[in-house]
Amino acid sequence: MNQLARRKLLSGFVVGLCALAVVAALIPLALIFFYVVEQGFSSLNWDFFTKMPKPVGETGGGMANAILGTLMLMAIASVLAIPVGLIAGVYLSEYGRTAFATLVRFTADVLNGIPSIVIGIFAYGLAVLPVHRFSALAGGLALGFMMLPIVARTTEELLNLVPASLREGSLALGATRAQAAFGVMVPAALPGIMTGILLAIARIAGETAPLLFTSFNNRFFTTRLDQPIASLTVQVFTYAISPYEDWHRQAWAGALVLVAVVFVFSVLARVATRRLERMHRT
Amino acid sequence: MRKPPSPRRSADDRLFRLGTGFFALLVVLLVGGIAFELYENSRLSIQKFGFHFWQTTTWDPVAGDFGALPFIWGTLYSSLLALVISTPIALGIAIFLSELSPRFLRTPLAFLTELLAAIPSIVYGLWGIFVLVPIVRQIEVHTPDWLKKAPLFTGPPLGVGMLAAGLILAVMVIPFTSSVAREVLKAVPATQREAAYALGATRWEAIQAALRYGRTGIAGAIMLGFGRAIGETMAVTMVIGNNPRISSSLFAAQHTMAAVIANEFTEADTDLYLNALIEIGLVLFVITLVINALSRLLIWSVNREVKVEAVTKAAATALPKAAA
Repeated sequence: MNQLARRKLLSGFVVGLCALAVVAALIPLALIFFYVVEQGFSSLNWDFFTKMPKPVGETGGGMANAILGTLMLMAIASVLAIPVGLIAGVYLSEYGRTAFATLVRFTADVLNGIPSIVIGIFAYGLAVLPVHRFSALAGGLALGFMMLPIVARTTEELLNLVPASLREGSLALGATRAQAAFGVMVPAALPGIMTGILLAIARIAGETAPLLFTSFNNRFFTTRLDQPIASLTVQVFTYAISPYEDWHRQAWAGALVLVAVVFVFSVLARVATRRLERMHRT
Repeated sequence: MRKPPSPRRSADDRLFRLGTGFFALLVVLLVGGIAFELYENSRLSIQKFGFHFWQTTTWDPVAGDFGALPFIWGTLYSSLLALVISTPIALGIAIFLSELSPRFLRTPLAFLTELLAAIPSIVYGLWGIFVLVPIVRQIEVHTPDWLKKAPLFTGPPLGVGMLAAGLILAVMVIPFTSSVAREVLKAVPATQREAAYALGATRWEAIQAALRYGRTGIAGAIMLGFGRAIGETMAVTMVIGNNPRISSSLFAAQHTMAAVIANEFTEADTDLYLNALIEIGLVLFVITLVINALSRLLIWSVNREVKVEAVTKAAATALPKAAA
């Protein structure tokens, strides 16, 4: 009996520790949100979105060029990664049991764990080294490579949520595999796929390391693909390690924008996935 | 009797399979391409220094002498430190969410912990510089003198350094380890726990039975976190002090492989310098490739019968998964 009491005590103790672990992880989350909102919100104003950066020493100005730069980089990355990833995802979902599909799935997951800075070096070697110039294209390329495995796997997972009976039905009506996949399966999963891809984009928009030596930075706004371009993340980095108070303020504002974007898309993706799962529950 | 499909249709289907398969192949080619290109672009350094590169500590761009040992040291030290801090917490979270949590708390808590993985690295870094580093500096200032004699705690109280890097890495790694460990625990058959209870086990003893059943997958989850910590760049470079020096002290400013690439890549003015940095990138690539591949295999070996997708979804894209 004594021993049983001891075992029960130990059990209760460990259960308490596990609950504490959850709290321990939520504390830094709350702290980060608190500081980003507190520091960022007071610095976030209309100028931040509409004005160009001021020269060193002058206060004020904004990150208009960096915001547009990030949007452009995301556009380049999306154009490169979404079509390829989408079709690869269709393959994984249609022929998922083959050995080749297993290899692709495995490689995609491993690729996802490759440090973003290494992807940056790869893009540097492809698009910067041969022409000796940093460019928006190189940065977009790096981000596209990172986006590719995520888009492929997300597409596959969401297609797998669509009941197989839809595919079988369309095949029975005489559709080819391609018609069944692109005409029936993909449209059925499209809302989910789109939010999944938006979430991937929002996450990749927070990347800094692969941009440091591909798209580099630019104090001005440019739309040229072969020129260096500013981005929100690199600008936040530059400002954060600078000695100027006013730049720190703007770095926090930039961080708030990044966190807000990721947060909103995380919630959206969650809602969409849930709805899709409920819709297709058999 | 079954009628064979018409020739036109089966040709269509074959084309569809080959066409989509080609795009899937691109994913595989990408990994091969990275390996090939990094090797090509680091040949100068590989030929000149050989294994010497990984055994020496001089990093002198002006003299053209490069040794990468301090960076390897810093990467391993910071990642292991992060692992020591994050593993108990991450496993605790996984156990709580899969075994103990009341139903209505499970989904929101899982969402919140996974949100940690969604915060951009640069935001962790910014927060690290302005909030965490001052706190760490206070801890260092208030460390009693007798303790400072121990090799773990020597050096001036800078704030930036190994301790700050390990802490911030731990926070960043927790969601990856915990979400995979949670999926692994979910894949453990309920009969394991029921059998334990039937034998008179307490709650913790039943959980132990489940942990033991899924131990390879749990090991995979921890390795996955390790791989993340090794490759993490921005947050680390902003708080570790960027000093290429081997020290056992938690308080010392040090450097990592990823950080040196981020810091010096655009300053590399000679081909040899650039090649040396790319060689560090190549090794970083190989290490993370091996660790990720191993951890996936470990995770898959447990979850084979359960859908693998759930795991990789949580880990790779962290696309929030609605709990059933």
